[in-house]
Amino acid sequence: MMDFFDIYLLEAVVNGILLGGLLALLALGLNLIFGVIDVTWICYAELVMIGMYGMYYMVQYFGLSYFLAAPLAILLVAALGALLHLLVIAPLLSAPPINQLLATGGVLFVLQSFATVAFGIDFRNLGIRLPVLQFAEMHFSYARLLAFGAALIGMVLVYLFMTRTYVGTAIRAISQDRQIMALMGVDTRRLYLITSALGGALAGLASCLLVLQYDVHPFVGLSFGPITFLVCVLGGLGNFVGGFVAAFVFAEIISLGGLFSDLEWGYVLAFAFFIVMMFIRPAGLLARRS
Amino acid sequence: MNPRQLLPWIAGAALIALPFVYRDSYHLHILILILIWAFAYTSWSMMGRFGLVSLGHGGFMGVGAYVTALLWNHLGVSPWLGIPVAMIAAAVLAVIVGYPCFRFRITGHYFVLVTLALSGIVLQVITATRDYTGGSLGYTPDRTRGSHLLALQFDDKTTWYLIALGVWALGLVIWRWVDGSMDRYALEAISEDEDAAAAAGVNVTREKLKITVISALMTSLAGALYCQYQMFISPDTVSGISVSLQMVFAVIVGGLYVSLGPTVGAVITIMLAEVLRIGFGTRAVGWDNLVYGVLLVVFIIFLPKGILGSVAERLKAHRKLSIKP
Repeated sequence: MMDFFDIYLLEAVVNGILLGGLLALLALGLNLIFGVIDVTWICYAELVMIGMYGMYYMVQYFGLSYFLAAPLAILLVAALGALLHLLVIAPLLSAPPINQLLATGGVLFVLQSFATVAFGIDFRNLGIRLPVLQFAEMHFSYARLLAFGAALIGMVLVYLFMTRTYVGTAIRAISQDRQIMALMGVDTRRLYLITSALGGALAGLASCLLVLQYDVHPFVGLSFGPITFLVCVLGGLGNFVGGFVAAFVFAEIISLGGLFSDLEWGYVLAFAFFIVMMFIRPAGLLARRS
Repeated sequence: MNPRQLLPWIAGAALIALPFVYRDSYHLHILILILIWAFAYTSWSMMGRFGLVSLGHGGFMGVGAYVTALLWNHLGVSPWLGIPVAMIAAAVLAVIVGYPCFRFRITGHYFVLVTLALSGIVLQVITATRDYTGGSLGYTPDRTRGSHLLALQFDDKTTWYLIALGVWALGLVIWRWVDGSMDRYALEAISEDEDAAAAAGVNVTREKLKITVISALMTSLAGALYCQYQMFISPDTVSGISVSLQMVFAVIVGGLYVSLGPTVGAVITIMLAEVLRIGFGTRAVGWDNLVYGVLLVVFIIFLPKGILGSVAERLKAHRKLSIKP
């Protein structure tokens, strides 16, 4: 039994935690949009993909340094998020929720095929190879550590914004009661726009971190998009803390499942776990039973 | 019989006669694809029209295609037996996921995302069992020499056209049958308000499960047919999230609430893809989906009833106007 708890297991556990940080960041943006505007952006991962391409072109073609390109990429995706809200979500705000979800599904097609047409289907990467950290015979990629750290900082910043600023307080209030806030003289349209831009900015931050670890191609969104939705649902849509916990639970299942077999089985295990959990706790991991 | 009742029979006879008069194999190929996909889209709309938006149908289609092909290649089971087995497998899958969903009242966004997980699972299982299924490189059922009835493999397009036509017509019949049954009223009540429907004596779980199983059976049949006709399947063309979204898209464009809506959706999407492919050649890669995506968004915003649905509504309003004065 003892050789079960070997060094590889520990390595997988730590790698799972690192992956969890990234998933938590992705889930945070989606949860923000859902909690405030009550819309699911099915195309969320595709926004991240566009941000990754932005990073690639800024670093490889225009020769910007990584740390100069990152804020620009964040701004770019934030603008995309605001644009998505203005063009697609705003006209559908009073439509059935399913229509909003399907319209963003259409945006998913648009972004994916736009990337195919504009950038081709080649796999591209930044060409930055970060060193691998060695610690007590375990190997961790530096990129993952960086992503984990940046994800944590991003989440703390969002938390501070939501609790310490006037706009953040208004956003939290609007997610509690949409009708009343409009009656109290709050400009809901402006707040929705700010929230969408903020959600986009979080997707932009995620894209800066993902581009360090993965090659970018038009369909890269499909590899982590579904997982992000499942994390959000598992944590309870709109529940920030739940999403955070669920991200780590999910990442550990994928990482440990992948240790004992192929990586795909890790995903299968995670998906199956998700479906079972939906039946046990339909409103999310941390939901109180009513 | 008045001429309006006669119309479907004349159209049906014309469709049956078509391959005997017109033999262009490329055009027949396009027609067969349209019929098979129209059947798949009709299967999706059986649930979609009652507000049960599923993104798991890519999974059912994948089960239909892969179970049939795997049984044939590894165990030598004829598709005549393999297809029913595959359909039952898809129905069992539908019950396993659907029953708890309906029992624990998972609706709206949550239902969409649970079914999304289902098509994700099927895709990953196909990819993970690459020793048997060929993984993401795709899979080909073993060929027999020439046409073979027992293997359900035919060289000539006419036979396939007639099979696809029959299955498509069967789909429309099932649609009409549900449309005229009491289940339709129960399901419409459920989609309006589940609590009220339950209070009025509708067995919500059973009604939803019934339509889900019917829909899954039909979708897996479409997958199996597609596999037997194309003789090549890959996880990306018959399963996964993009196939599920493709179904939703075509049905919304054609019209969700009319029987021929999904068929119109299939005609438009497949013709669009073909026209772009012929017009632009390899440069068209991606353009068809770009046009799809823009159309999908525009349709949901401006024409949520779809092309046929809107036309039918216009006609109805027009007829009422002409009768009134």
